[in-house]
Amino acid sequence: MSEQTATTAAESSSTGGGADLHIIDVTKRFASFKAVDDLTLTIPAGSFFALLGPSGCGKTTTLRMVAGLEEPSEGRIIIGSEDVTHLKPYKRPVNTVFQSYALFPHLDIFENVAFGLRRSKRKDVRNEVEAMLELVELSTYARRKPTQLSGGQQQRVAVARALINKPEVLLLDEPLGALDLKLRRQMQIELKRIQTDVGITFVHVTHDQEEAMTMADTIAVMNAGGVEQMGAPMELYENPVTTFVANFLGQSNLIKGELTGKSGGDALIQVQGQRMAMPTSRVHSERDEVWVGVRPEKMQISRAGTPTDGENAVTGVVTDASYIGVSTQYLVNLPWGQEVGVFAQNLSTEGPLSAGDSVVLHWNPAHTFALDATQDAEAGAEKVEGDE
Amino acid sequence: MSTMTIDERRAQALAEMPPYREPGVFSRGSRWVRSHIIQFCAAGALLFMFIPVFVVVLFSFNLPTGKYNYVWNQFSTSAWVNVWSDTEITNSLTISIEVALISTIVATVLGTLIAFAIGRHNFRGRGGTNLLIFMPMATPEVVMGSSLLTLFVLAQQEGSLGRITITIAHIMFSISFVVVTVKARIAGLDSRLEQAAMDLYADEKTTFAKVTFPLVLPGIVAAAMLAFSLSFDDFVITNFTSGQTVTFPMYIWGAAGRGIPPEANVVGAIMFGLALVVVLVPEIIRGVRKSRA
Repeated sequence: MSEQTATTAAESSSTGGGADLHIIDVTKRFASFKAVDDLTLTIPAGSFFALLGPSGCGKTTTLRMVAGLEEPSEGRIIIGSEDVTHLKPYKRPVNTVFQSYALFPHLDIFENVAFGLRRSKRKDVRNEVEAMLELVELSTYARRKPTQLSGGQQQRVAVARALINKPEVLLLDEPLGALDLKLRRQMQIELKRIQTDVGITFVHVTHDQEEAMTMADTIAVMNAGGVEQMGAPMELYENPVTTFVANFLGQSNLIKGELTGKSGGDALIQVQGQRMAMPTSRVHSERDEVWVGVRPEKMQISRAGTPTDGENAVTGVVTDASYIGVSTQYLVNLPWGQEVGVFAQNLSTEGPLSAGDSVVLHWNPAHTFALDATQDAEAGAEKVEGDE
Repeated sequence: MSTMTIDERRAQALAEMPPYREPGVFSRGSRWVRSHIIQFCAAGALLFMFIPVFVVVLFSFNLPTGKYNYVWNQFSTSAWVNVWSDTEITNSLTISIEVALISTIVATVLGTLIAFAIGRHNFRGRGGTNLLIFMPMATPEVVMGSSLLTLFVLAQQEGSLGRITITIAHIMFSISFVVVTVKARIAGLDSRLEQAAMDLYADEKTTFAKVTFPLVLPGIVAAAMLAFSLSFDDFVITNFTSGQTVTFPMYIWGAAGRGIPPEANVVGAIMFGLALVVVLVPEIIRGVRKSRA
């Protein structure tokens, strides 16, 4: 993308900037099924916000309620200072990039992009559409029909068709789901760049945690109609507050433990007779029974006997080692029969450890987190990759 | 082994390979036949379907010796020149076209509305309506024709049997075909397209005008063409409901006994030509547009 087109887009959006989106106590029932359960979210103007969750978690329903394609059973939706809860979709300052694009097959690319402008009786449709087609690098395709374009090109038309109306909020419903991996990566960067250029509030629904982390400033992880945790990608990954978030974003090793007391800013934990410590800010449990969590790449693996002063440590035996170039993935059996995963960079000169080796796993206390032990340790662990 | 160069190793591997055998003429020929058998069948089927049309066109250029136009005598364009001078032909043709046009328009409008109602809305009696729509297609024409005649007689309209009763009958059976054709198109319509239109500031009316209707239109056009041809060549039902009126198919039937003149072949050839134009012209336009894009 040339600098010139980027400037054009920035200029043309000078009137935009987006608006805050408030979802307040919203519930949506379909017959007896609650798709969205008492959801409250505030999405600040100009942010790139992702609703992340497995299929059936209510994220698409939430998006459709913002678009006006579903009506909430309870609650309110406010964009800027306008209550849009019961407004028709065509009366909302919102545009949607649909899953599988929903381009009009009987109109060419130009008319697809011009559709919204023509409805709002805008003048100078021609120049605006041409500028927008240039932004998405499809100027030469203006007179083609959607079916004559590739998936990635159709996706860009869908974005252009929504974006040209300068909505307060742009909604993206799994916009990259139909693309292959390489194109998806490319479009992730492209979308993020467009969002930075135009500064409109983007709300992006996806089940792909990597996609959400790459693009969004803020992610709300949704599960069973509600938000599990909301925050910046790093915050969610480094300091998850529920087992669902810990497992849905990346992987986590969760070991049973018990909070025994405090010492300064640290919480003390007893894990299978072993004393460990962690910052109190990373304890997310009201009760003493906890899951002690560590990400696999935060654990260091050393031969048994290596001193681990000041760190949390457990001993174990390697049951499996897979060398994958940049790292080696180990499965380690702990004395009480639990198996944990460790990702180790291949820094050692003597080669990776192998199955049967006795090892000690150790990690920085600041990388430990504690979750309520009444939660399911397997929640969110199933991969939903490729599930459209 | 390890001292050999790559070239030497390749030469050795080639030497150890089984010799190459040229396939025989017979095996090559049978393979060609096997891989083209579907094309042969298709060509045969097309030929079978088009021979009668070809014969009709051919005999429109015949100068028959007797009253029967069955034996090739001599090439002549007299039938083509004189086709509009036979009043029996022109009168019956006018009636047929008139009836077909009116019944097509009425059946297409009503049928499209019914198709939208059935395809888009859930109402009491939807299943029953579906069944009723299907009935005229499943009922034998003889039964339908005779019951229509009974109906008209019961309504004491025996004296007014003619164009109006024929048109009513044609509308009745055409509607079913229109509904089925348009409904299939509506069912194939992606509802997300309408949602996308609404999302892009089109209200319900505009969405219908700019998205729904243009997308269903090809189905409506196809349905209208089907209705026209069904009406134009219907004989059985028309025969029951026509009274003294003679439509073109009825004229042909009557003429068959006393010898069909080559002029009838001319009308047939023209109708076939028109149908070809209607089908081919949009295809050609589409092709030109595509090559220009």
